[in-house]
Amino acid sequence: MRMEVSAERRENTGVVAVRGRIDHLNATAFHDALKPYLEGCRDGNGLVLDLSGLDYISSAGLRIFMIAAKQVRTGNGRIAVAQMQPLVREIFEISHFHLVYEIFSTLDEGVAALGRAVEITAA
Amino acid sequence: MQIRFWGTRGSLPAPLTTAAIREKLKAALAAAQGIRLDTPAAIDTFIAELPFSTSSTFGGDSSCVEIIDGEDNHLICDLGSGARRYGIEMLGRYGPKQPQTYHVFMSHLHWDHIMGFPFFPPAFIPGNRILIHSCHPEAGAAFRRQHGAPSFPVDFSQLPAAIEFVQLQPGVTSGIAGYRVTPLLQRHAGDSYGYRFEKNGKCVVYSTDSEHRTEQSEETEAFAAFFRNADLVIFDAMYSLADAVSVKEDWGHSSNVIGVELCQLAGAKRLCLFHHEPVFGDAQLEDILRQTRRLEEITRDGAPLEIISAWDGLVIEL
Repeated sequence: MRMEVSAERRENTGVVAVRGRIDHLNATAFHDALKPYLEGCRDGNGLVLDLSGLDYISSAGLRIFMIAAKQVRTGNGRIAVAQMQPLVREIFEISHFHLVYEIFSTLDEGVAALGRAVEITAA
Repeated sequence: MQIRFWGTRGSLPAPLTTAAIREKLKAALAAAQGIRLDTPAAIDTFIAELPFSTSSTFGGDSSCVEIIDGEDNHLICDLGSGARRYGIEMLGRYGPKQPQTYHVFMSHLHWDHIMGFPFFPPAFIPGNRILIHSCHPEAGAAFRRQHGAPSFPVDFSQLPAAIEFVQLQPGVTSGIAGYRVTPLLQRHAGDSYGYRFEKNGKCVVYSTDSEHRTEQSEETEAFAAFFRNADLVIFDAMYSLADAVSVKEDWGHSSNVIGVELCQLAGAKRLCLFHHEPVFGDAQLEDILRQTRRLEEITRDGAPLEIISAWDGLVIEL
C-alpha cells in the first residue's frame, strides 16, 4: 500500500495528513515528504499530523516521528497527532510514543490546542 | 533441541531485593484471602495460578544461554554471570573425573557478557577443554585482562582447563559440534555478533546487544534473512521503542517492537525477549510481555508468532 502526505493550513496551524502504510520500505520517503512542513514549524508555530488515513506504522516510521518531534521542539514549535485509527494508536502506546506526542481525538481539538499555543507564544 | 537460559539480564546483574520479595508476599497473601490452603497440593495449585511476577522472578544474572541437543555437546552463548550456575550444574553432573568439551559463542566482549568466566567451575577442572568462539580478534586479551591483577586473584595462565580461542568470520558458516553456525555483524559499540545455529532441521538465533535502524531497508532485510524461519529468535528487547530511538539511541540495544517486526518479516516461529533492562522489576517485564503479545496479535499477517520472555531457568523445547 502506498504512503501519501498532503498539507493544508487551518487557522494558524499547519495540518499534514498521512495516509496509507509506513514501514521500512518507505520510511525514508515519508521523512522526505514531511521535511518541508517540519522546517516551517518553529518559533511558536504548530503542526498537527492527521493520522485518520494511516493504516499501519512500523518502528521505521515511528523513528521518523521521533526525529520530527525533536526537530520541531528544538525550533520552539509544537507538534501533535490527531484522529489515529485504533490499531495505530495501540502501536503508538506499546512503543511509548504516547509519551512523546500529544494525541487528540479529533483534528479540530488538535488545531484548537496548537492554535492557542501559537497565540500564547506570540503574546 | 532445548534452550536453557542461565542469565537473561542486560548490562549488569540485578539481584532480587528484600523490598521486591515483600511486595510479592503481600500480593500473594492478598490473593489468598478466602481460599483454603490446607494441603500442599492446594498451595501448589494456588501458586501456579498467581501471576508470574508474583510467584516467580525473571532473575538477575547477565547473559548466558545453553543449547542442548541430547548429545554430549555443550554449547553456550556468552559467559555473563549466569555462567556461574551453569558451571556448577556441569560440575555436579560430571564431577572432576569426566573431562568435557565446552563450545562458547561470544556475542561480544563487554563486561556483562564475560564476567561469569572467572567463576566458571569447568575452567578449574584439568582435562576440560573450553573453546571460545568469537569474531573479535581481541577475545583472548579481554579474557586474560579480566583475570589479571588487581581484578581477580587467579591469573588466566593458572586455569587448569585447556582454553582455546577460535576466530570465526561473520557471514561464514562453520560446522561446530554437529551444528551449522553462522555469525552476523550487529550494530553495537565495538561490534557484536549474532549467531544462527542449525541442526537436525531445528534453528535457533541468538541476537543480543544489537541496535537496529529499521528505516535502512537493506539492513532490515539482512536481519530478516538471518532470522528466516527460525524456530526461536532470542532478541535484545532492552528498551521501549521510544527510548531506543531517542535518549538511548546509539546505546546499542533494541526493543520488543523491532523484535516482533523482524520475526514477522522472517517468518520465525518464536520470539524470546532477552537482555532485560536491569532497572525493570518483574511486574514491568511481565507487562512488556503482555504488550508485546498484543502487538503481535494486532499486526499479525500470517502464521502466529509465539512471544516468550526469558527468565533465569527457563527451558524452551524446540
